Amino acid sequence: MVTQLLSAFLAVVLGVGACTLYYVGSNFLLDLAFTDSGENAVRNSRQRGAIRPWLFLAPALLILSIYLVYPVFETLRLSFYNFGGFEFVGLNNYIWATKNPEFLLAIGNNFMWLLVVPSLSVAFGLAVAVLADKLWWGTLAKSLIFMPMAISFVGASVIWKFVYDYRGPDTDQIGSLNAFVMMFGFEPQAWITLPFWNNFFLMVILVWIQTGFAMVIFSAALRGIPEATLEAARIDGAGEIQIFFKIMVPQIMGTIMVVWTTITIIVLKIFDIVLAMTNGQWNTEVLANLMFDWMFRGGGDSGRGSIVALMIMLAVIPIMIWNIRNFRKEEEAR
Amino acid sequence: MADVKMQSIYKQFGDTEVIHGVDLEVKDNEFVVFVGPSGCGKSTLLRLIAGLEDVTSGEIEIDGTQVNFLPPAKRGIAMVFQSYALYPHMNVYQNMSFGLKLAKTDKQIVDQKVREAAEVLQITELLERKPKELSGGQRQRVAIGRAIVRDPKVFLFDEPLSNLDAKLRVQMRIELTKLHRELNATMIYVTHDQVEAMTMADKIVVLRDGYVEQVGAPLDLYHNPANLFVAGFIGSPSMNFMDGKISGISEKAVEFEIDQKLKIKIPCSPGDNATTGNIVRFGVRPEHLELTGEENAKLRGEVFAVERLGGETYLYLRTEGDKELTVHSPGDKMVHEGDQVSIGFSPDTCHLFDNQGQVFDKLAA
Repeated sequence: MVTQLLSAFLAVVLGVGACTLYYVGSNFLLDLAFTDSGENAVRNSRQRGAIRPWLFLAPALLILSIYLVYPVFETLRLSFYNFGGFEFVGLNNYIWATKNPEFLLAIGNNFMWLLVVPSLSVAFGLAVAVLADKLWWGTLAKSLIFMPMAISFVGASVIWKFVYDYRGPDTDQIGSLNAFVMMFGFEPQAWITLPFWNNFFLMVILVWIQTGFAMVIFSAALRGIPEATLEAARIDGAGEIQIFFKIMVPQIMGTIMVVWTTITIIVLKIFDIVLAMTNGQWNTEVLANLMFDWMFRGGGDSGRGSIVALMIMLAVIPIMIWNIRNFRKEEEAR
Repeated sequence: MADVKMQSIYKQFGDTEVIHGVDLEVKDNEFVVFVGPSGCGKSTLLRLIAGLEDVTSGEIEIDGTQVNFLPPAKRGIAMVFQSYALYPHMNVYQNMSFGLKLAKTDKQIVDQKVREAAEVLQITELLERKPKELSGGQRQRVAIGRAIVRDPKVFLFDEPLSNLDAKLRVQMRIELTKLHRELNATMIYVTHDQVEAMTMADKIVVLRDGYVEQVGAPLDLYHNPANLFVAGFIGSPSMNFMDGKISGISEKAVEFEIDQKLKIKIPCSPGDNATTGNIVRFGVRPEHLELTGEENAKLRGEVFAVERLGGETYLYLRTEGDKELTVHSPGDKMVHEGDQVSIGFSPDTCHLFDNQGQVFDKLAA
């Protein structure tokens, strides 16, 4: 225990020390190489200015290249090789993917997640953000709704496992959803094993987590709307609902799009919830879990795993670009 | 016919009362300006009329109808905000037609009204633009246009010109006055700028700390301020004030002395409050003071600052009793800092206020 703490402490000291040494040292050397005195002082100062940003960026660029850029190309390469990554198989893996029912199911499920989770999270988040401002206990409500944000996806799944819990027929049920259903005299169900609908039961978990995120961002955005525009609309004869849809929502449209796409990207990568709740059984498979399956389970198949990984990346990139563009536009508008 | 009547209006925000019983009548076609320093309740009063705030007690009538419980849109008013409050996501045309569309007005009528208003305000070529593509003055016109298309009985303006630069403000002032004539509408206008009040109003309402200090035509307030506050607030630069003691009272005049040297007799009705020995405050406007020869001098002092505006010159001087005075003089008057000057004035142009700050009434000439 003590040795572990000590080594952790040592690692921190060494790490921070090495960083400091790098930044201070490299800048010192730069100043030494291009001095402020002498006949080249002006040119030296310009060159120093050109080089210095790269000194600061270099470590980050290096680490990003090793952990992000290189893996992309390696994944691309692996997708053309067999399960061990040593024999070139051309497009075989791609052909396999188009014919594999599980892969197609995962794409279909991911697509459903994509439609449902961002739209519900945004809708609930917006509704709470607007309504909570009108209540004296609104701040409390907002804190409660924000709290799931602090729970890991796996932790949230454990909580919801209890909600959906099923103990077999003729035994005492402990799941709250079954308790609710039985209160109305219906039979208890094994909720997460009911194909098609079980997808939505899993989505609820992510919506539960992401609503808090959407709400916080929207609350801030709503504060930015000039009060006078709402008053002008009241004088123009708009009701509360019309003010919301015709005056408030359009004014925070940029923010809504950024939140929407951010959640969309989270959804495309969804993995933990499915793994913890069903592991893809009962037709709830999604791409990330499928990738994990092929890559690391049952001996592993890096070729097929890579195909699935590429699929996720292809889906995320355009949304990412769009998101960044929206964000920039939003920033410019300020 | 659209008059506005307010009867004993009180307004509280929480425990704080900000309007303390205002009674006011705005006549049809009148251009009324609420003026006062910030925090005097002028904007609150306007928002009460608009229905953006609810009165705590009292009655508001617009065009003979009690509107206390009517929503803003049903009160027959239109409001122009200080920040313009244009809808940023709509173009000018949509901004102006928003209210009419909500009221499900026929499209052709909407179009006709918007174009008419745009014509009047000379913003026809801007109809397709978004607010952020407009200058401050153009935005202000759009905001006024949005008010015009509603055909309101009463126009409410909340400091509409305070975000414009000085030159544009003068121009818009004249245009608003013109608009008032053309539209034949009742207008209530809030400002903290007494120049705007003086130049535009048919009637000025001076407010302070939630009380109405005085109501009257601009020149009436200028010549016959009811109290110290109005006297100091109306007129630019402000009136000069000096403290003195009553030294003599007659039926048609009050005599007072300053620093036991200068005795001045002001023709006014002494009322019941005048007692010999009481402290009074004497006021005279810079434009009623003039440089004179030694023989007519009532006050003497040393010039410590000179402001030359070309057409006119303001002299700031310190009197023998160490009081500061502002004197208005012609632009070509060659007086310099450090000069000793003599000042004369006619007692008719002076105002005298008792120790409560209330004026001694002038006698009818």
